Amino acid sequence: MALLTIRNLSLGYDSRAIVENLNFSVHAGDYFCIVGENGSGKTTLMKTLLHLQEPVSGQILIGDGLKKNEIGYLPQQTMVQKDFPASVREIVLSGCQGRCGLRPFYNREEKRLAEENMERMGISALRERCYRELSGGQQQRVLLARALCATRKILLLDEPVSGLDPKMTAEMYALIADLNREGITIIMISHDIAAAVRYASHILHIGANAFYGTKDAYLKSNAGKLFLMQQKGGEA
Amino acid sequence: MFDKLGMYLQYPFVQYALIVGVLIALCSSLLGVTLVLKRFSLIGDGLSHVAFGAMAVAAVLNLTNEMLLMLPITIISAILLLRTGQNAKIKGDAAVAMISVGALAFGYLIMNIFSTSSNLSGDVCSTLFGSTSILTLTPKEVWLCTILSIVVVILFILFYNKIFAVTFDENFSRAAGTNTNGYNLLIAIVIAVIIVLAMNLAGSLLVSALVIFPALSAMRLFRSFKMVTVCAAVLSVLCAFLGIIISILAGTPVGSTIVAVDIAAFAVCYLAGMITGGVRK
Repeated sequence: MALLTIRNLSLGYDSRAIVENLNFSVHAGDYFCIVGENGSGKTTLMKTLLHLQEPVSGQILIGDGLKKNEIGYLPQQTMVQKDFPASVREIVLSGCQGRCGLRPFYNREEKRLAEENMERMGISALRERCYRELSGGQQQRVLLARALCATRKILLLDEPVSGLDPKMTAEMYALIADLNREGITIIMISHDIAAAVRYASHILHIGANAFYGTKDAYLKSNAGKLFLMQQKGGEA
Repeated sequence: MFDKLGMYLQYPFVQYALIVGVLIALCSSLLGVTLVLKRFSLIGDGLSHVAFGAMAVAAVLNLTNEMLLMLPITIISAILLLRTGQNAKIKGDAAVAMISVGALAFGYLIMNIFSTSSNLSGDVCSTLFGSTSILTLTPKEVWLCTILSIVVVILFILFYNKIFAVTFDENFSRAAGTNTNGYNLLIAIVIAVIIVLAMNLAGSLLVSALVIFPALSAMRLFRSFKMVTVCAAVLSVLCAFLGIIISILAGTPVGSTIVAVDIAAFAVCYLAGMITGGVRK
């Protein structure tokens, strides 16, 4: 049984589909990468998977005992957050909100979970620091720690390295790969096909040259070959 | 000077003004941080104009308790403004401008046509700038203000964590199963209540200053949401208290005096923030 099974999914806005008939499934332990050109519907797919927006048609089935609210989400940063006065601890703790339900305050276990995840992301020393004063890479670690508070099983990452310099990008990918090795299923949206090919176990390419399958199959497919050719072209 | 102050403090209307003023200042500062951060600063202003329009209607209808009409109308407008903020055909700031200017014009128009008062411009002026209303509160109004203030504070404390989460990252909250629409609705209603309450203190044109300034001042000084909120509340209460005392002693209008004190506090905080910020980096 898969964690997520997508059947005949069409997505878009105002019942106008921009992507049609998607079929794929994500299994526990996968490193699943969604790639495609700008405007091909990557973010729309992510939002639909998170139930932030309704699909035009089709089904999203969840299995393996995964609950709808147990998906950790690393969104792209918004303008609001750029000058938000909040400490790292407050933000990480807010990842536990799904566990609270209607209970107004966080309990001891949730506070411990937040501490654990700050430790795991190596940001414990920053816990009282203000979010807006951190570097881009540190901010992503904070948001990743928050996402980990919301889930033990599956993370959805929306362009996790956008705006990071090459060194931080490499660190971020290494961190994500570590989490995947610890057993957390990763779904990552990226337009960085090189990284997708390097780290992912499965690839979904949406837009022109649509493809879904394992990484090895992707490299042999038309979309993959096109990409490889471009890379060689770039090197030559 | 202190004799004079002591003498004034004997009068019940001064005591009422202080109690209500402090409570209103406390409430209005609480959601200021959220409003500023969500880029909703202008909504407070827009709502106060709506409340002015509602008050004009209430005055024309000769209602004994104007708040009973102002509250629901303002709450409905707040819900409409905040709900349509996300994906409306008319975008947020334009909608706010439309509703607020419309309500202001409409309010003044019907006051002019139907009012039987001999001192129309005086009435309008006191509604816009709140010049005397805080000093003419009846015990009933004091009770109403007190109860509403306490409800607002309790709601804020109970939902503090959720309000923080929804303000910081609405999409994440929604993905985590938080009912963000519900909380946005709650925020809208509470803002409307605060605006209507605070109109007594500062009048409809100055009301958003009570909401915005303490939050902005606190954001200069502190770096966590909790400290910013606490600091905004303390600052707001101090400024309101000081403002009321000064206005009584100096005979200045209450609302604008409080706002002037708020502005002075902002200037101090701005400088202090620059100094400590410079040291920290």
